[in-house]
Amino acid sequence: MRGFYGVTLPSGLMLGTAQYPSPAVLQAAFADSGASVATVSLRREAGQGQAFWDIIRALGVHVLPNTAGCHSAREAVTTARMAREVFETNWIKLEVIGHADTLQPDPFGLLEAAETLAAEGFEVFPYTTEDQVLAQRLLDAGCRVLMPWGAPIGSGRGLNNPYGLRTLRAAFPDVPMVIDAGLGLPSQAAAAIEMGFDAVLLNTAVAQAGNPAVMARAFGLAVQAGVLARDADPMEPRDMAAPSTPLIGKAWL
Amino acid sequence: MRIEVNGEPRQIAATTVATALAELGWGEARVATALNGDFLPAARREAQVLHDGDRLEILAPMQGG
Repeated sequence: MRGFYGVTLPSGLMLGTAQYPSPAVLQAAFADSGASVATVSLRREAGQGQAFWDIIRALGVHVLPNTAGCHSAREAVTTARMAREVFETNWIKLEVIGHADTLQPDPFGLLEAAETLAAEGFEVFPYTTEDQVLAQRLLDAGCRVLMPWGAPIGSGRGLNNPYGLRTLRAAFPDVPMVIDAGLGLPSQAAAAIEMGFDAVLLNTAVAQAGNPAVMARAFGLAVQAGVLARDADPMEPRDMAAPSTPLIGKAWL
Repeated sequence: MRIEVNGEPRQIAATTVATALAELGWGEARVATALNGDFLPAARREAQVLHDGDRLEILAPMQGG
């Protein structure tokens, strides 16, 4: 796996920490899946923040704060600065949302915020689309990781544009990439890893499953399967059938 | 003085951000602050004087995806 700002992760599974039925289920999901990164956010303190932070620290994984819900570069930059102080990490999952229904990134605000944050020493994980031109601009701005979406956040639709994602992967072979958002099933995570992506980041698919811990484990195994399959050099698909059982020696009946 | 804390109007006796945090019960808490929309690092809270009508945001770790 390609490293993320110098960090080699033991697993290509990154899990969100929202929407779980209880803290115990959240802990079980992390333990059973082997996830190596936990995404977190900053919100107005209402009394639960300190206990939540203790739970996250006890997970023993890397923490990736987000700027979720920010709709302007300014808002995202301020949130990132606050997150760096609270979480004591230069990592930031940069979200600048451009549309309330699709939650798709605002490419212009995203680039503006990425430029500012990279210049301030942040290690930016930009939530982006499969757009190659935007990807190049983000890299030029100082991003060393890209996080293209699979599908809109929380939609569970999987890899919505496999052609575009495959093209993006091929265009920047040295850049670590995470499929962030839109995954609903472990098979989709395996497909992303088989395609050459280094990691997947998901939340709703696990947290809103009937049994989050089991679903988290399934995602962890799917990521492992994807890595094994990719490393095993898969066969090329072909249009015509090719018999796998030898024809030589077949009886004349 | 009357300021806005996380969107709610509050009457406080404190005159700096650091003393306001203590007065509001967040003295020891792991929080980040923003004053009137700009990030205010923890190291500057003691020197930062508050004015009537200031907007103080106090944010804490929370669940996220």
